[in-house]
Amino acid sequence: MTEATTALTNAPLPTAPGRVSITRTVLRNPLGLTALIILTLIILISVVAPFFAPHDPSEVKIDKILAPPSADYLLGGDGAGRDVFSRLIWAGQNTLLGALIAVTIALVLGSVAGLIAGYFGKAFDAAFSWASNILMALPAMIVLLALYQTLGGSVYSTMAVFGVMLSPGFFRLVRNQVIAVKNELYVDAARVSGLSDTRIISRHILRVVRSPIIIQTSVIAGIAIIIQSGLEFLGLGDPATPTWGGMLQDAFSNIYINPPGILWPGLIIAATVASLVLLGNAVRDGLQGPRAAAVRPRAVPQHPHGHTAAQGAIEALDADPGKAPLLRVKDIQVGYGNTENPITVVRGVSFDVAPGEIVGIVGESGSGKTQTAFSILGLLPRGGRVLSGSIQFRGRDITFAPESEMQKLRGRDIAYIPQEPMSNLDPSFTIGHQLVEPMQAVLKISKEEARKRALALLARVGIADPERTFRSYPHEISGGMAQRVLIAGAVSCEPKLLIADEPTTALDVTVQAEVLDLLRDLQSEMGMGIVMVTHNFGVVADLCDRVVVMQHGRVVETNDAETLFYAPAEPYTKSLLGATLDDAPPRPPLGQKFLSSSSKGQNHA
Amino acid sequence: MHDTASAAPLLVAKDVVVEYPRKGFRAKPFQVLHGVSLDILPGETVGLVGESGSGKTTLGRAILGLVQPASGTITFDGQDITALDRKERRKLSDSIQVVFQDPYTSLNPTMTVGDILSEPLLAKPELKGSARARISELLEQVGLPSGAVDKYPREFSGGQRQRVAIARALALSPRLIVCDEPVSALDLSTQARVLDLFIEIQERTGVAYLFVSHDLSVVRHISHRVAVMFKGDIVEYGDGDQVTSHPTHPYTQKLLMSAPVADPRRQRERREERRLLLAGTGSEGQP
Amino acid sequence: MINFLARRLFAGVVLILVITTLAYALIYSSAGNAARNILGENATADDVAAKARELGLDRPLHEQYFDWFSNAIRGDLGVSWFTSEPVSALLANRLPVTLSMVILAVLVTAVISAILGVTAAVRGGWLDRLLQVVSVIGFSLPNFWVALVLVVIFAVAVPIFPATGYVPMSESLSGWFLALILPVIALVLGGIASAAQQIRGAVIDVLDMDYVRTLRARGLSSTSVLLRHVLRNAAPPALTVLSLQFIALLGGAVVIERVFAIPGMGTLTINSSFQGDVPALMGVVVALVILVVIVNLVIDLANGWINPKARLQ
Repeated sequence: MTEATTALTNAPLPTAPGRVSITRTVLRNPLGLTALIILTLIILISVVAPFFAPHDPSEVKIDKILAPPSADYLLGGDGAGRDVFSRLIWAGQNTLLGALIAVTIALVLGSVAGLIAGYFGKAFDAAFSWASNILMALPAMIVLLALYQTLGGSVYSTMAVFGVMLSPGFFRLVRNQVIAVKNELYVDAARVSGLSDTRIISRHILRVVRSPIIIQTSVIAGIAIIIQSGLEFLGLGDPATPTWGGMLQDAFSNIYINPPGILWPGLIIAATVASLVLLGNAVRDGLQGPRAAAVRPRAVPQHPHGHTAAQGAIEALDADPGKAPLLRVKDIQVGYGNTENPITVVRGVSFDVAPGEIVGIVGESGSGKTQTAFSILGLLPRGGRVLSGSIQFRGRDITFAPESEMQKLRGRDIAYIPQEPMSNLDPSFTIGHQLVEPMQAVLKISKEEARKRALALLARVGIADPERTFRSYPHEISGGMAQRVLIAGAVSCEPKLLIADEPTTALDVTVQAEVLDLLRDLQSEMGMGIVMVTHNFGVVADLCDRVVVMQHGRVVETNDAETLFYAPAEPYTKSLLGATLDDAPPRPPLGQKFLSSSSKGQNHA
Repeated sequence: MHDTASAAPLLVAKDVVVEYPRKGFRAKPFQVLHGVSLDILPGETVGLVGESGSGKTTLGRAILGLVQPASGTITFDGQDITALDRKERRKLSDSIQVVFQDPYTSLNPTMTVGDILSEPLLAKPELKGSARARISELLEQVGLPSGAVDKYPREFSGGQRQRVAIARALALSPRLIVCDEPVSALDLSTQARVLDLFIEIQERTGVAYLFVSHDLSVVRHISHRVAVMFKGDIVEYGDGDQVTSHPTHPYTQKLLMSAPVADPRRQRERREERRLLLAGTGSEGQP
Repeated sequence: MINFLARRLFAGVVLILVITTLAYALIYSSAGNAARNILGENATADDVAAKARELGLDRPLHEQYFDWFSNAIRGDLGVSWFTSEPVSALLANRLPVTLSMVILAVLVTAVISAILGVTAAVRGGWLDRLLQVVSVIGFSLPNFWVALVLVVIFAVAVPIFPATGYVPMSESLSGWFLALILPVIALVLGGIASAAQQIRGAVIDVLDMDYVRTLRARGLSSTSVLLRHVLRNAAPPALTVLSLQFIALLGGAVVIERVFAIPGMGTLTINSSFQGDVPALMGVVVALVILVVIVNLVIDLANGWINPKARLQ
């Protein structure tokens, strides 16, 4: 039963509900509003059933046994000659009350245990998690049947026990959320601010956990209603009390005489449960924005140049590739979102890379430098595409080349070094496998040959024990080593062009220096062109021949490195260079102030 | 240790050892700090530089009471604060504050800036009444418009969020702020402006900083004195300019030589110097 | 790996002990009027007392439990109070019926939900939206109601399949298969939708990983990255989904067996529950817990084999 509790809530839980009012969110969502109306109607009618129902639920009319609908019995009669319509609305009370009991117990038990386990951890966490796993390992229906006699044959006490069995659904949710929140820096900050545990829980933790709990409650309520109907269908409870499940049982025993009898109780159960789930979905969608799928037209990133892919064959623009630059990026625009109104992140960027040249693309966050790099590789994230402009590689236009053509270029001609070493290695495969597999695919060489090459490469990038690293899994090596492995992978097929996206940003400064040396050496050995995306002017000064400065998706200045550093043309470049602290004066000893003119940083204040 | 040390130190950490338990039964705990000593004067900035795993952040957290030292003492203003219970520790909130590295996760996304800034005041009943006025004063101090009160952190840029975090740290007029990499997540130009704000606040209020960073040039710009950490030990501690410009310890020298300068010619020289240095001392940079 | 296996095995044994003990305490605590239930309303008080003595119900609970337990580990789960059949024989008759149905249902769920989930994750678009809609519907329709609808359609309207009854595999393989078609459909409909949703989520999570882009940048085709790297990394959550499905299907089988008149564990549970046949109920609980432990062990092993990190922990 608990499988469904995770099923419908497995979408990432909202982390920043912010100002969004839950009620307003639901009312604005048409599906949510409909669900809310249906649910309110069902509850309302169930509550006022005594005044509303045309007949007493146990009133028997012999001539109405299995009768078709009529003015007297709106939905016909059941196997005992009772009014199906009246029983249906009376039954709501009983079924909903049972579900309410189960949900309340699950909610209180699960949330409190989850809060305690998550916040205080240790023994609490171990004990509660263990209990929760046990409860989850048991099929609820069978346990409830086994305990039915023990519980005195009452549906409500059975549902109370079911509430206990459902509590892991809340427990796991709350516990995981609390642990996630507890490790957030803002909770540390609150602690340093002098807040007590209870204050921290109520101010920070409950706020974050609240909406996931609401979503989970809707799902759990649905499960409770279904399981309760199932138990009643099997004959649990007082046969005289009308319940939806009991009505289905009656319909089942007359199924060969009156097949349509199963219709109404089934529909009302389904309608109630569906409304609950849709309501939960509406809350979730409102809190996390439109469903992820809606903004992700295709999951595997297709070639970015989607809309004109038809004209995709690679055309040779320049007959002599020797004269053309290695890479020519001309006035490209990169955008995300729908075709009519895309959000552009790169707005007309042009630059060339000559064979063997290292070109730096520098800019602050949001300048579009990484998007430019990805568009060259044809690997823009989901939803991104080149809107216009052209990318030429060795004289061939690859802007709108089909995926199959791009795949032939990647690895062999154009390679990529990512920023974050650890997340760029597949945790399930050995380092060796991740080097060998692409080499076999790209160079069409044997496994043994690829293995030899991989070992040689690992030695070349400065890994002390290549054999051992080859056999290791990514989690067994350090970040610096992982970046060397990624560099080895990038140069493994001797590419002509290397796209390096902040290749040293995640590394310690001493490791950074070593990796920069490695890149310089490899470049002079292999003579490849490099596009070096970075925010660090030191890295640019160390490595680059030419520099492209970007801001807000546009190129501000393109210059050779010496000119850029010693005679920058644009004020923006000047201000960026001025913000580096290399030449900023050291802080004078305590008791003396900066002379305002000598404080370099204060120029920008 | 320092010639202007006429005043009594505000904070003294002596032989602080921090250990983390290792997984497994009877496993020896993992020692992150092997007996670190450090002092901070009133109104002084002590920079703490090191690479990942050096223990610099752990020392900051030990001073904040977020990590319990296994041995050693931490004294604040003459009071031993090494092992205070939660209640005693809470009283220190108006003396020691914090600014964290990541302005995205150090502010609760579900709270308005006003809520965030009133948090430290909540714990002090006597300040509750004047909270509103104090918050607008704080916003002004860090250069944010007073309209920011009703906004959520996500409506601000990284630099502005860090200003909110600084305002929160200032709320109770502390005497020491532990700054854990407060500018490393920021863009270059923002970084310079936020650093200037730190200096300006210090000159105005006389607050002391323990400024933790991996970036030697940042530390150099803001610190009166600098301590260099390497694998759980302070290997060099002294005058800021001396440590960051003319280091004596091989590790500090390596650290300095490793950071590329934004000047192609000087960087070429520095690369050469580094090569010579490494050839002389071996690549580990160990003492 | 041996260490890992031993620890999981130990955890499984502890689980079996805890649950059987708990179940025994709960179920037997209500067995007080069992003697009267068996003898009927007309029995004298003396007869009832004699019967209770015969069943051992007059002794302290922990003694009864100790006896039951020491017999149980030798495979003797006692005798049904109503049919006087040994409980182990009852289980041996019923378990294969339910198990064959549930295993078939798990296989169907695994294959269909994996195909749907992966396709929805990779292709997106209408298929993805359809899956969202279908999963809400699948969740909202009680499986026993779906079963009733199937009975109405296939027994009353278009009698293609046998609507009720069961044929053992040993008697006729095709008969067995035909008899299980409707019950399995009713069982899996809801589960497939939710499992497919979760597999979709798991695959999308992996597709968003940095290493997927890096592997493609090395020149691997998106198909080979999907088949080799994405599916492998999405497998552990998917396997967990299936193990939870297995438990859910075991529970669902109870009601489904009732509708289709299948003589399995579900029918045994229902009858024993209403009669208060305590030894038979205990037998059901023991069989289930052992089954659950075995399934979890298999899933753990599979996860350990797929995920190098899990092996170390």
